[in-house]
Amino acid sequence: MSLFIDTVLRLAGWLLLAPLIPGVINKVKAWVAGRRGPPVFQLYYDLAKLWRKGVVLSHVVSPMHVAGVAVGWVALVGAAMLLPLGEGGLAFRGDAILFVYLLAVARFCTALAALDTGSAFEGMGAAREVSYAVLAEVAVITGLVALAVESGSLSLSTMLTPSPGAGVALLGAGLFIVLLAENCRVPFDDPNTHLELTMVHEVMVLDHSGPPLAAVLHGASLKLLIFSVLLAEAVLPLGAMPAWAAAAALAGAVLAIAIGVGLVESFLARFAFRRVPLLLTTAFLLCLFALLTAWKGSEFGVTESSVAERGAPAAEPFFGWRP
Amino acid sequence: MSSNLNLLIGIAMGLNLVALASGRLPSLIRAAAMQGVVIGVLPLLMHSEFHWLVAAVSAGTVVVKGFVIPSLLQRALRAAHIDREMEPLIGFIPSLLLGAAASIGAIGFAGALPLRPEHAGVLLVPGAFATVVCGFLLLMGRTKAISQVCGYLLLENGIFLFGLLLIRSTPLIVEAGILLDLTVAVFVIGIIVDRIQREFDTLDTRKLTALRE
Repeated sequence: MSLFIDTVLRLAGWLLLAPLIPGVINKVKAWVAGRRGPPVFQLYYDLAKLWRKGVVLSHVVSPMHVAGVAVGWVALVGAAMLLPLGEGGLAFRGDAILFVYLLAVARFCTALAALDTGSAFEGMGAAREVSYAVLAEVAVITGLVALAVESGSLSLSTMLTPSPGAGVALLGAGLFIVLLAENCRVPFDDPNTHLELTMVHEVMVLDHSGPPLAAVLHGASLKLLIFSVLLAEAVLPLGAMPAWAAAAALAGAVLAIAIGVGLVESFLARFAFRRVPLLLTTAFLLCLFALLTAWKGSEFGVTESSVAERGAPAAEPFFGWRP
Repeated sequence: MSSNLNLLIGIAMGLNLVALASGRLPSLIRAAAMQGVVIGVLPLLMHSEFHWLVAAVSAGTVVVKGFVIPSLLQRALRAAHIDREMEPLIGFIPSLLLGAAASIGAIGFAGALPLRPEHAGVLLVPGAFATVVCGFLLLMGRTKAISQVCGYLLLENGIFLFGLLLIRSTPLIVEAGILLDLTVAVFVIGIIVDRIQREFDTLDTRKLTALRE
């Protein structure tokens, strides 16, 4: 019974807190620009308004148009439930792989729902979304492999307990770039643009209305929260803190990430399309070098005493591989 | 101390990749200069006790590679009024991936070498290999004369990293000679840049394929 209550509480936490993050980002952007900006709870009002509205469907769409959105939203909620928050919760061996695949399913379904309308703009947006994702996903997987190698486990609850070092900084930088790319934030996409030719994520949902659009918007904010929590847990050693300190640190880190995203959006212009792959490759390489430090770090991050302990290698064959 | 050393060499290896990914000449020059400063500090970290030879090598390297040569290059850049964008023969992403592969390969390769035990735990040898390869990549993959100088600088930085293994037995005169050669080489390239610029209105070395009286 307590497991049930625990799960319901987690679910409620994820679902209710998610729309706060875009509100914080927009507030930060407004402050930097010297405006008052929309209230932090604006997305909650928008979602409530959209939920009460009716659905307008094009007469060429198939049921996939609405089902894709629903499946995508459920997949994102599932991915969120896999992330560890304190003790207990869903955790099993290999849930990191399920996490990556659930995010991929969510993207696939959103793209499919967009393609279903047959609109040229939405097809273009879907094509761009998945072509960014090809590069961003490699970076996410490399980052998760780095965590797995470091902790020797494939379960998110034990993987996300990093040990401090150079690898954490690399991984944090890489995952932050991935967060910006996956959530279509500024260097990759402008969430405020209204020109269909340059929109990426927003153009995919042009034909959605009413409750399905609310699900899309809520799913997007949930994805932002998922990546913020993933980044915070991959960088901060939360497992070593007492429970209340870990919760406070996590909340503070997620808030800091939201403010960071807002600052990036305020001070950075959007990149040209041809420069995006370079930035995503940089994110991939940052995660790759984090993997390298996790793998070889014990050999090179060592203090001198442990070098001395190993001593001189006895008569080795020239160019022989040392085990 | 060894982990500080490894951190600095890691930063130098990261700057290799920054140099490979930078699309404009000033940022490339800045990356090469920063790498010069970073590897110039290394000799001080390698030995705990102070030695005037080590300090002189370190100071000379920081001043020449970090400040004198970059300012010469920036002057040449300003004087030549050239387009700052680079035209890569090997694209930025392929060269970045090649550089990363070279860095990882260098770490694997250095693990296979029969190094002395006191050198086995530091990144000096892999850092040197990676920097040399990235320098070669810049030399081969960029067309402008100034970016080729930066590739040459990276190459020299890699050789300097190798030299650090033997810093106690290298006479100061050798280090001074290397720095002097480097400065003269950059001078000569500066003059060449000026000549190419007057002759062709561009710094593209691809146009320098034919000899004419």
